[in-house]
Amino acid sequence: MSGQMENGQMKVDQEKNTPKADDRTMPDLRTTIAGVEFKNPVMTASGTFGSGMEYGEFVDLNLLGAVVTKGVANVPWPGNPTPRVAEVYGGMLNAIGLQNPGIDVFMERDIPFLKQYDTKIIVNVCGKSVQDYIDVVERLGDEKAVALLEINVSCPNVKEGAIAFGQKADALYNITSELKKHAKQPIMMKLSPNVTDITEMARAAEAAGADALSLINTITGMKIDIHRRKFAIANKTGGMSGPAIKPIAIRMVYQVAQAVKLPILGMGGIATAEDAIEFFLAGASAISVGAMNFVNPYATVEILDGIRDYMIHYNVRSLAELIGAVQ
Amino acid sequence: MKQKVMAKVISQKEIAPSIFDMWLETDLAKEAKPGQFIGVFPKDKSTLLPRPISICEIREDRSALRIVYRIAGKGTGEFSTWCAGDEVFILGTLGNGYDLSTAAGKKVLLMGGGIGVPPMLELARELALQNTGATESDKCVIQSTMGYRDAQTFLKEDMEKYSTLYIASEDGSVGTKGNVMDAIRENSITADVIYACGPMPMLRAIKAYAAELGIPAYISLEEHMACGVGACLGCVVKTKNVDHHSHVNNARICTDGPVFEAGEVEI
Repeated sequence: MSGQMENGQMKVDQEKNTPKADDRTMPDLRTTIAGVEFKNPVMTASGTFGSGMEYGEFVDLNLLGAVVTKGVANVPWPGNPTPRVAEVYGGMLNAIGLQNPGIDVFMERDIPFLKQYDTKIIVNVCGKSVQDYIDVVERLGDEKAVALLEINVSCPNVKEGAIAFGQKADALYNITSELKKHAKQPIMMKLSPNVTDITEMARAAEAAGADALSLINTITGMKIDIHRRKFAIANKTGGMSGPAIKPIAIRMVYQVAQAVKLPILGMGGIATAEDAIEFFLAGASAISVGAMNFVNPYATVEILDGIRDYMIHYNVRSLAELIGAVQ
Repeated sequence: MKQKVMAKVISQKEIAPSIFDMWLETDLAKEAKPGQFIGVFPKDKSTLLPRPISICEIREDRSALRIVYRIAGKGTGEFSTWCAGDEVFILGTLGNGYDLSTAAGKKVLLMGGGIGVPPMLELARELALQNTGATESDKCVIQSTMGYRDAQTFLKEDMEKYSTLYIASEDGSVGTKGNVMDAIRENSITADVIYACGPMPMLRAIKAYAAELGIPAYISLEEHMACGVGACLGCVVKTKNVDHHSHVNNARICTDGPVFEAGEVEI
């Protein structure tokens, strides 16, 4: 964190004239989404963190509010041809195509792995048809360790399903209401930014009974290698993520927060604690760190520390005071 | 354990046009193995991702790693401007590396093409080191064939220290005119096991050659990467068998590789 905040922490301590360990100086980082309480608002963005196994080597998973897993379907998906990733100015494009081992392996391997940690599990669910989603949601229904389901209706990189449900309000309404009939956990619809009016989508999800929203997924982009005169990504288009998309994400989180009453998991280009705080002020109840994990494998815990420092500096007792507090 | 750490540039020089030779001071050297790579981070914040660069030499005693890379774009362009004393961030050590035990008692052939030459140097050096303590029957015969575009035969002298070297150049200015396969034919080189790194057409030819002879070939693959640690699933290669991560015949080059037995991968 910046020296400013370190100074701030000292100032707070002096003002209160109490030792740092005093509980009154420690802000309350707890947050609630759809009735599920998280010990802090820092989570991982689906697809950037696997099921935590790889980055568990860098960060203590116990410190995270939740791990949001890579999308899982009813059967294994092989994903797209390579190249699947390309760097762009201030960000990257990806078209992985939701490669995943399917729900069977996921239940046998990934869930038991995550259960070892004191963090909440949010499973990202993907499918090509409504029935695919239902199959996965039902399989997860009896797994009490799964706190929340994030429904991926916004991946721009798969040809059928997924995004088709996330770009038309009536289709989003239908899949949301259908999944509500089958899901035992609360469902959080992950919205696509690749729409004309994201509030229309948010309202459709809310009307259909969604418990929460997460946004934004990646923004469809393209890169051309001028030397080879070829697309940089085999899929031609890819989803853009990284710090360059943050202003778009902030704008959309704000618009959605104004349009609906549902809690929001905000994401899109978060690189620092300051970025995370912008999302809270715009209306997010929690945030996910995505592409920045690739740049700084310690980003999640550093952001968490920075949020705490900010709250101490500005004497914010509870995270709830920040949510939607922009004036 | 994989880490992102600060490293200090010890030295850097251009050893051929657009080919740079940099030594980095880092404790990652203690865990590094031949065939592994590191992610090197540009400082320019518009370029975010670590650049995967193969390890060319390891000096545990000096806590130093040597990388030899070609300027391929903005990131590596920035690396080439770094000077002794500069502090830089690296991620490592990454990938599986070559398994030296597969060389024991064998007549081995190291094959490098272009910017695939550098990782062959540490492999040759460690095989030679392995020979010094080994019984006669476990000693390996180290031969190498390196392919270049022209007379810019970077790392030639280093390779000659540890192996019997045969050179091929595309323009015929040094050694065999043609590629590493031409060098094998011209010099009637035989081997029990091949270790290779280079462009995909070369690796395909080696895979076919090794299959024909019925010998193992351990090839190091390259692909565009994002995380470098196995999380993003960006850098996959089709495999003959079901992979252990996604169960879809897609291995992750960054973690399951970059070294694969040629018969295992569909390239």
